Amino acid sequence: MSNTDITPWHPEVAGAIIEELKSRPGALLPILHALQDRFGHIPAEAVALIAPALKTTRAEVHGVISFYHHFRNQQPGRHVVEMCRAEACQAQGARALEAHAKQTLGIDYHGTSEDRTVTLEPVYCLGNCACGPSVRVGDDIHAFVTPDAFDVLMDDLKTERLEVK
Amino acid sequence: MNTRIYIPSDTTAKALGADRLARKMTALAVERGVGLEIVRNGSRGLYWLEPLVEVDTPQGRMGFGPVKEKDLDALFDVEFWRGGQDHPLALGAVEEIPYLKRQQRLTFARAGVIDPLSLADYRAHSGYQGLSNALALDAQAIVDAVKASGLRGRGGAAFPTGIKWQTVLDACAEQKYIVCNADEGDSGTFADRLVMECDPFMLIEGMTISGLAVGATQGYIYLRSEYPLAFETLNSAIATAYANNLLGDNIQGSGCRFDLEVRMGAGAYICGEETSLLESLEGKRGLVRAKPPLPAIVGLFGKPTVVNNVLSLAAVPFILDQGAQAYADCGMGRSRGTLPFQLSGNVKRGGLVELAFGPSLRELMFDFGGGTRNGRPLRAVQVGGPLGAYLPESQWDTALDYEAFAGEGAVLGHGGVVMFDDSVDMSEQARFSMEFCVAESCGKCTPCRIGSTRGVEVIDRIRAGENREANLELLADLCETLVDGSLCAMGGMTPFPVQSAIKHFGEDFVSTPNRVLEEV
Repeated sequence: MSNTDITPWHPEVAGAIIEELKSRPGALLPILHALQDRFGHIPAEAVALIAPALKTTRAEVHGVISFYHHFRNQQPGRHVVEMCRAEACQAQGARALEAHAKQTLGIDYHGTSEDRTVTLEPVYCLGNCACGPSVRVGDDIHAFVTPDAFDVLMDDLKTERLEVK
Repeated sequence: MNTRIYIPSDTTAKALGADRLARKMTALAVERGVGLEIVRNGSRGLYWLEPLVEVDTPQGRMGFGPVKEKDLDALFDVEFWRGGQDHPLALGAVEEIPYLKRQQRLTFARAGVIDPLSLADYRAHSGYQGLSNALALDAQAIVDAVKASGLRGRGGAAFPTGIKWQTVLDACAEQKYIVCNADEGDSGTFADRLVMECDPFMLIEGMTISGLAVGATQGYIYLRSEYPLAFETLNSAIATAYANNLLGDNIQGSGCRFDLEVRMGAGAYICGEETSLLESLEGKRGLVRAKPPLPAIVGLFGKPTVVNNVLSLAAVPFILDQGAQAYADCGMGRSRGTLPFQLSGNVKRGGLVELAFGPSLRELMFDFGGGTRNGRPLRAVQVGGPLGAYLPESQWDTALDYEAFAGEGAVLGHGGVVMFDDSVDMSEQARFSMEFCVAESCGKCTPCRIGSTRGVEVIDRIRAGENREANLELLADLCETLVDGSLCAMGGMTPFPVQSAIKHFGEDFVSTPNRVLEEV
């Protein structure tokens, strides 16, 4: 699920993913997750591949993709940054933090920074509620994110400094 | 012999730097020639102390916390691995920390104690004894035990779990399902996450017992996509369970079958509503279904289905191991057993507090939580998630009990307690409740889909001072329509925080609030 594993759209790879998962009960969400994990998004072409495989209409598939906040049909920036907007984080200053994030990045929610480093998304709770405000970058959650800490985090993403794991 | 050191590995501990800490400690141990065995345990949920490093000593586990990377040199200097307490971060014996000692940990007895993925650890701490007992019982006897325990649905609705199971047991079908609702979307809650990240075998065991009880052979855990670590942990634990005949077609050599799979949600709060969840599992948009028919009769793929919250299923191994009475002995009135409360928001000592029902909200927030983190006066508390009421000080002596909260027009829900200091603007909070409903409504019924948008607009007009009285009346009407006219709790409860904010914090619903904050 890390953006580093994302590969460019490839219909044959997509077809293989769909083929592998299509016989599972309730296969659509697992398929959509697998496609988005691989390609970073679910392009319109994918809908035309999924619908016949699941013997459903393209409208149904599109409806599912657009219903869920997690799925996207546009390629995001190199990093998806999710800002928790929920109450426990509000009580710890999340409103000021989200305003700061939008202002410093120069984008609103669902927007991608000009250099394509960051796509900003709202999220309603990351389950880190005792240590908010919380921000998720890829699969990493960050706690007690002050505006200053947010700036450091963004600088790290921009300079692509790789942390030795 | 190497000294065993525990460093927690749940989402919050990691968010506070536990992984970096573990790496640095490993490197320093090599550098200084100290033999340490670092175990990544779960978290005990004492979040203000995370990362909480524990040292295994003959006197028990000694704690240090919160430990930052920069503290490690000094800790090595005082040879912390001997458990010595000559350091400002020393906490003494972890089990003696009052916050932990004063809890009644039935469900969370193992959290933070064991390595979450070690089946041996789980078994050494009473794990899978409940299943062994269940395998010796017939289905009805298992259901009877759950009924006798008094366990009620921990997702928030508090419906008696045993009665739900009985309905599914009594339903005739060639296929039945157990569905675990792990779409823990309420802000201020993380107890489900802690179960899945710190003690995943407990959930697997609970679901397996549930399967035996109602005759279901397939289980699904519907997990929210905001919990990537829980996804990974559950899948590892499930693989281990299969490898050890604890899942599959011959559980513990009994010939009984139970299969289990984790399915990932996709960021839709409404999918925590059980019928919406089932639609989502079937691969559809998460539109709420009308009830009846109940999911227990017509559930997943049209088959009889138990849909239970993580905490309900996680309570089952204890009940089957220690007996229904041991569980029912805790609590008050019709609220039996324990509820894992979660203290969050502006709180000094945030974390998980598992208590038998009965103490007051005030005891929870002050004796455990220690008041606000920034020291400002506490003003409002939202209990039970984004659909729960805001409680002013006059209600803080309410007992933590389903019925007592209902009597105050509030809900305990999933046990989330979000604390706000006196800088909170309650009209802004009320507006957010409506805004959240706009974002998360499934759109099936009109009061919720459209009413929420109108709600945001009306609150905006009130906040701008436009026809205040008339608009407050309109808002009251609108709230009533949502409560009475919505299909599910999303629309039906969105007004609770709004109405409680107006009722108890009416001074915030004027264009120029004249509240003066005290100096702290």
